Amino acid sequence: MNITLRVWRQAGPDTEGHMETIEVPDVSEHMSFLEMIDVVNDRLTLEGKEPIAIDSDCREGICGTCGVMINRQAHGPVRATVCQLHMRSFDDGETIDVEPWRADAFPVVKDLVVDRSAFDRIIAAGGYISAPTGSAPEAHSTPVKKADADHAFDAATCIACGACVAACPNGSAMLFTAAKVTHLGLLPQGQPERGSRVLNMINQHDEEGFGGCTNIGECTAVCPKGIPFDTISQLNRDMLGALLRGE
Amino acid sequence: MTDHNPFENPGQSYDSTDRDDQPMDPRGGREAEGMAEQESTFPVSENAPSGPEQQQLPDADAYFSLGDPIADTKAPGGPIESRWSERKFGAKLVNPANRRKLSVIIVGTGLAGASAAATLGESGYQVKSFCYQDSPRRAHSIAAQGGINAAKNYRNDGDSTFRLFYDTVKGGDYRSRESNVYRLAEVSANIIDQCVAQGVPFAREYGGLLDTRSFGGVQVQRTFYARGQTGQQLLLGAYQALERQIAAGTVTMYAKHDMLELVVADGRARGIVVRDLTTGEIETHFADVVVLATGGYGNVFFLSTNAMGSNVTAAWRAHRKGAYFANPCYTQIHPTCIPVSGDYQSKLTLMSESLRNDGRIWVPKSGEDTREARDIPEDERDYYLERRYPAFGNLVPRDIASRAAKAVCDEGRGVGPGGLGVYLDFADAIKRLGRKAVEAKYGNLFDMYAQITGEDPYETPMRIYPAVHYTMGGLWVDYDLQSTIPGLFVTGEANFSDHGANRLGASALMQGLADGYFVLPNTIADYLADGPFEKIDDTHPAAVEAVTEVTDRVQKLLSVKGTRTVDSFHRELGQIMWEYCGMERSEEGLRKAIGMIRELREAFWNDVLVPGSGNDLNQSLERAGRVADFLELGELMCVDALHRRESCGGHFRAESQTEDGEALRHDDQFAYVAAWEFTGTGQQPVLHKEDLVYEFVEMKQRSYK
Repeated sequence: MNITLRVWRQAGPDTEGHMETIEVPDVSEHMSFLEMIDVVNDRLTLEGKEPIAIDSDCREGICGTCGVMINRQAHGPVRATVCQLHMRSFDDGETIDVEPWRADAFPVVKDLVVDRSAFDRIIAAGGYISAPTGSAPEAHSTPVKKADADHAFDAATCIACGACVAACPNGSAMLFTAAKVTHLGLLPQGQPERGSRVLNMINQHDEEGFGGCTNIGECTAVCPKGIPFDTISQLNRDMLGALLRGE
Repeated sequence: MTDHNPFENPGQSYDSTDRDDQPMDPRGGREAEGMAEQESTFPVSENAPSGPEQQQLPDADAYFSLGDPIADTKAPGGPIESRWSERKFGAKLVNPANRRKLSVIIVGTGLAGASAAATLGESGYQVKSFCYQDSPRRAHSIAAQGGINAAKNYRNDGDSTFRLFYDTVKGGDYRSRESNVYRLAEVSANIIDQCVAQGVPFAREYGGLLDTRSFGGVQVQRTFYARGQTGQQLLLGAYQALERQIAAGTVTMYAKHDMLELVVADGRARGIVVRDLTTGEIETHFADVVVLATGGYGNVFFLSTNAMGSNVTAAWRAHRKGAYFANPCYTQIHPTCIPVSGDYQSKLTLMSESLRNDGRIWVPKSGEDTREARDIPEDERDYYLERRYPAFGNLVPRDIASRAAKAVCDEGRGVGPGGLGVYLDFADAIKRLGRKAVEAKYGNLFDMYAQITGEDPYETPMRIYPAVHYTMGGLWVDYDLQSTIPGLFVTGEANFSDHGANRLGASALMQGLADGYFVLPNTIADYLADGPFEKIDDTHPAAVEAVTEVTDRVQKLLSVKGTRTVDSFHRELGQIMWEYCGMERSEEGLRKAIGMIRELREAFWNDVLVPGSGNDLNQSLERAGRVADFLELGELMCVDALHRRESCGGHFRAESQTEDGEALRHDDQFAYVAAWEFTGTGQQPVLHKEDLVYEFVEMKQRSYK
């Protein structure tokens, strides 16, 4: 198949960007989207041009590194990370727009690469259980209800790709934050810090320049890991509780 | 998975008397013996089930020379159960008040790096942590699926520290150190406690207790798991502990920083040179000690299950600076990966081995057969594993399944694009168990397969092919995890220490966390107790030299301006490695490969095309430096594989097999760790042997017939 790419090119954080049109002939439908970009980049290199900067690492949908807007959808038409998107999802002759995540808190580094370090700082603000190495009790000393463990796991599968932020009209990272609050808050080990955790993480979230949540739900619709929307309700309950207790 | 133990065959005990009468002191009087072994002996006849026929190695000198034997001087002797306690007690301590005066550099933030950084930060040391990814949470440990072993014996099924130790030594085909492996088994239980306390959401039973399963052919259920994402959950636990220390100010994080050189000053590892991948800036960082937790080197094969960025550069640069590289040829190849679909392929995706429990592996009997799988009648199919290994069938160990798949494809009977695949067929399982039951068991794997290939495995058989998955070799370390450079410690997959010639399933996660949480924080104190060492800065000649090396290299890569892309070289290297240093290695092939790699390396430095500049984000430049190092490592892997004229674990030498085509070890000649010393690019490396002595486990040959 043949496609036309319209790709965001931006030389650096402080330069203006623009869309560049690149014709891509002879695309195999079995290629992943990123392999198609690899081929384009090899060609650009040989033509003496700068290849497109795009981040990816594990290419099996778990590291969360890759992530771009494809035809104005986070990660493109399939609910999976870009590395798991294959060219068979597109039509012959199609024009495909590729852009970086757009959010104030995710400044563009180059082309399609953005800076997501704000996520790390949200975790550093409280997204953990304080359990210094060596201090742990025997693992079976605290049973955990299977349902709680399973729900905690569902929330814990977040890969921090940033699609939720990119899809949110407010540029909010509430789903990301709520996933961690829910994961740790559902477990008995997470109780002592439950109140301070949610407040500190929310504060950091706001400080980073992410927008507020107005329950639109775009985040969960594009989430490649299907983080449930009700984690945000859980976050709100935890936050309210903590505020009422004066934490 | 099964009720057998594929590593056991009590009927075939291997005579290892040559080893048993070794003196216990590994340092005592072996130089003469080591020199004698330079005239390495080796059975060359085809299908040789023989004992070692004495034959001269004709031109060993052309590839390497033999140096003094080495010994692990830190491992205590005595009863194996008390060695770790003894070492901990014997190690020097650092007073809490002094720890903040001591600094530690840790490169890599996977399980082994993040756990160590968090733990040392908690102890009060000043830690600097580095990773090439944009966040420490993205290190490739995150992709591990299956689980983590621990000798908790929660199942009351006869597991114990000793059994985990025994299984690991045997699984490693008697090429690992007993002391290290025992310690690994010993601390395994603490890992589970630690992770649960951090909130790792392991699978649980309805009673609220932890669930376990059996894995990789062992008979006990000791594998803890978090669905198919155990690596992710363990890594996030370590990452969160790390972020907590970053917030506390004990750890400074440098994401998107690539280590390009080690600074060895006055005989000690004292710092690193890194490139800020965003700005292109070359920086130096100094500390009292340096830890490499930089993972494995499977990407030397270009196609592997590793992440795109996984590389050997940090370890290789340390090797060039004096750290010995041990057993580089030990590579684990996983039989059930999704095959290559075209020459644009960038990586291979692993599917859980559990699929082999119910899937039947076959290829058409005739290579001419071009029909769709479903149209090929039963009697024209070759269920080759069931045919060749009737007792174990589709459940033979990883290396045998992998080699058999390659063999049928080499015969021209492979299926799918390029003929590089075999069928894994669930039709019988669906008939027997019903589609619902198969879906419940393997649904997520079938979905993943369908997503990648666009084929429906319920309707048409899956296609699978082996792929490089893990590297057991790595930088040589002693019992303290210290390399041959004082002050350079190496943890996790980056070291060679615990898995011998083959790693058991669910043991990589265990080793990474054992090293990072429990081993290194104890042993590193013994070294740091002599610090802080004299302050050094950018003006130290060793630092100046290291920075110059890096800037020259970057400049050189950018200035070649040749005609071939970095990936084209990487791909070609991968093909050479896969063909000649992959599942089956031969004398002739390895010699040929060494020549080809040397030529390719020369071509690379004359013809590579790296666009852009060194002053900003330049992903081609990052890859170019990594491929340049792979081009050196590849040669050493081939030399190691060439010199090890036996088959053991993941290393299969065509010349060393039984009449039935089974791997044949030669314990009398090769029960040692091969630690290689660098002498210059393209120069003969020097081989140092560390003898392996088995006091607690008897060496046996395995059999699967």
